[in-house]
Amino acid sequence: MSQQLRCKNVSLGYEGDTVAEGLDFTLESGDYLCILGENGSGKSTLIKALLGLIPVMSGEIERSGEAKQSGIGYLPQQTVVQRDFPASVREIVRSGCIAKSGFRPFYSKEEKALADENMERLGIKELAGRCYRELSGGQQQRVLLARALCAAGSILLLDEPVTGLDPKAQAELYELIASLNNSGVTIIMVSHDIGAVRFASHILHIGSGRQLFFGKKEDYVRSRLGRSYIITESTESGEDADIPEEAETVPDEKPVSGRLKAAAAAGAGALAIGTGAAIRHYVKRGERNA
Amino acid sequence: MLDKLAYYFSFPLVRHAMIVGLLIALCSSLLGVSLVLKRFSFIGDGLSHVAFGAMSAATVVSVTLKSAASGNNAVAKWITEVIDKTNSMVIILPVTLIAAILLLRTGQNTKIKGDAAIAMISVGSLAIGYMLVNMFSASANVAGDVCSTLFGSTSILTLTVGEVWLCAVLALIVIAVFVLFYNKIFAVTFDENFTRAAGVRAGAYNLLIAIVTALIIVLAMNLVGSLLISALIIFPALSAMRVFKSFRAVIICSAAVSVVCAGAGLIASLLFSTPVGSTIVTADMIVFFMFCIVSKFLRRA
Repeated sequence: MSQQLRCKNVSLGYEGDTVAEGLDFTLESGDYLCILGENGSGKSTLIKALLGLIPVMSGEIERSGEAKQSGIGYLPQQTVVQRDFPASVREIVRSGCIAKSGFRPFYSKEEKALADENMERLGIKELAGRCYRELSGGQQQRVLLARALCAAGSILLLDEPVTGLDPKAQAELYELIASLNNSGVTIIMVSHDIGAVRFASHILHIGSGRQLFFGKKEDYVRSRLGRSYIITESTESGEDADIPEEAETVPDEKPVSGRLKAAAAAGAGALAIGTGAAIRHYVKRGERNA
Repeated sequence: MLDKLAYYFSFPLVRHAMIVGLLIALCSSLLGVSLVLKRFSFIGDGLSHVAFGAMSAATVVSVTLKSAASGNNAVAKWITEVIDKTNSMVIILPVTLIAAILLLRTGQNTKIKGDAAIAMISVGSLAIGYMLVNMFSASANVAGDVCSTLFGSTSILTLTVGEVWLCAVLALIVIAVFVLFYNKIFAVTFDENFTRAAGVRAGAYNLLIAIVTALIIVLAMNLVGSLLISALIIFPALSAMRVFKSFRAVIICSAAVSVVCAGAGLIASLLFSTPVGSTIVTADMIVFFMFCIVSKFLRRA
């Protein structure tokens, strides 16, 4: 196992305002790191720093191997622009090779082959000629995942990949990501969905501007923080999480923050249901029209 | 009718207008798709108003130069007029380029939100442009001048040979840049964050899009006048997006639609002596509605 990414006591922020500090973790190839944290905890800032879009305020992010050469394959959250974008799946997956093509105006044979290979790998080969905006949410995420693999085949960063998907599509996407991980791809997943933890090997939990936990998933699930997080999340969103039995007896030492967390989780749940409904409506409309 | 057309086309001016018109239509449609999808439709509009202001300023500069330098005989007047017509493009181009870059930057910094910045710059330059023309214009027919700048009523038919060449070269540059950077423009339009994360300098390509947009606008002012430029940019793109499903097909279709509409509009305007710009835009609109109907049927089927 070789080290791919190392954050050494990193502080992040904008224009002198610190958003998160004391981030210190290592990622080795083949790891599956899940970054947890509430909204506003500095997750998205950390993403930008890992991708090299913003500089760190102090500390250092060391990249080695492919992460250094071609960066990290990125699966961003969907933007409004993409919902009605007229582009075929093939065009989008090929655009993952954009950095490799440099100043060459067109994609080379190898790059096209790489795109085909990644479409095959994610089971979207038969969709190649289809229009992106007509696909289901789960299919769209596969397309973007294939594109990310074209950019960097050995390390991926996924930003809330299951947001807005129905439970079946969520489960399928998690399985798919896990199988990528099994084939040797390092995964960094940012999520506040508890289902994400199941497949992870490591957990990084950030909250209120600092690192609360980093370590193996088993240790996290056993830790007080992990257990309370898993309980609030799973009871609020009504999901079964693989948590140990004794978790129920964990005393909540800070009831206020617990309630706050519960409220936040409820809010997030409502939001997720809302977006889900909106997207389903959108997709239905598409099906009717098709 | 054909006789009439043949008669018109025996004039080199008309042939030039046709060539330049079709080239301008082609390149204005290319970036339309990107601008519509990036929610930049109004940047074209704002920039065209800036170009109007710049054109007025150019007129004023040349008028003051003229009154300082020359006498009153008709030949001298005609010569200076020809000179400042080609010169005006030299002034309009850099001003519009700078405005394009500024608009794009404000869009990123968002101290003043993008659309507000565009509205501010566009109405501001419109007002100043009109004021300048009114205060300093040498011509007797100020309203006519303004009308022809805003709606381009006949300016495509009054281009000098120098302007024809300038327009043709600029149009070819736009087309070449678009073809060379096609993949990059696609990537930046579809997903700026991803492209940036992959290590491509997305900012530079956004700048490129802004610069090319400015070029297109300066060109298109000759064809349809500054108020109608947005129509030339967005209608073909919107029409194509109704029916086609891949980026490349949309681009090719919108270029075809734009060229066909410009050709049809130019010929119609010659035959029925209607204003060139509004005839072309009307043709674009008709095609748009046709495509809307077609897409309805395609979806049902």
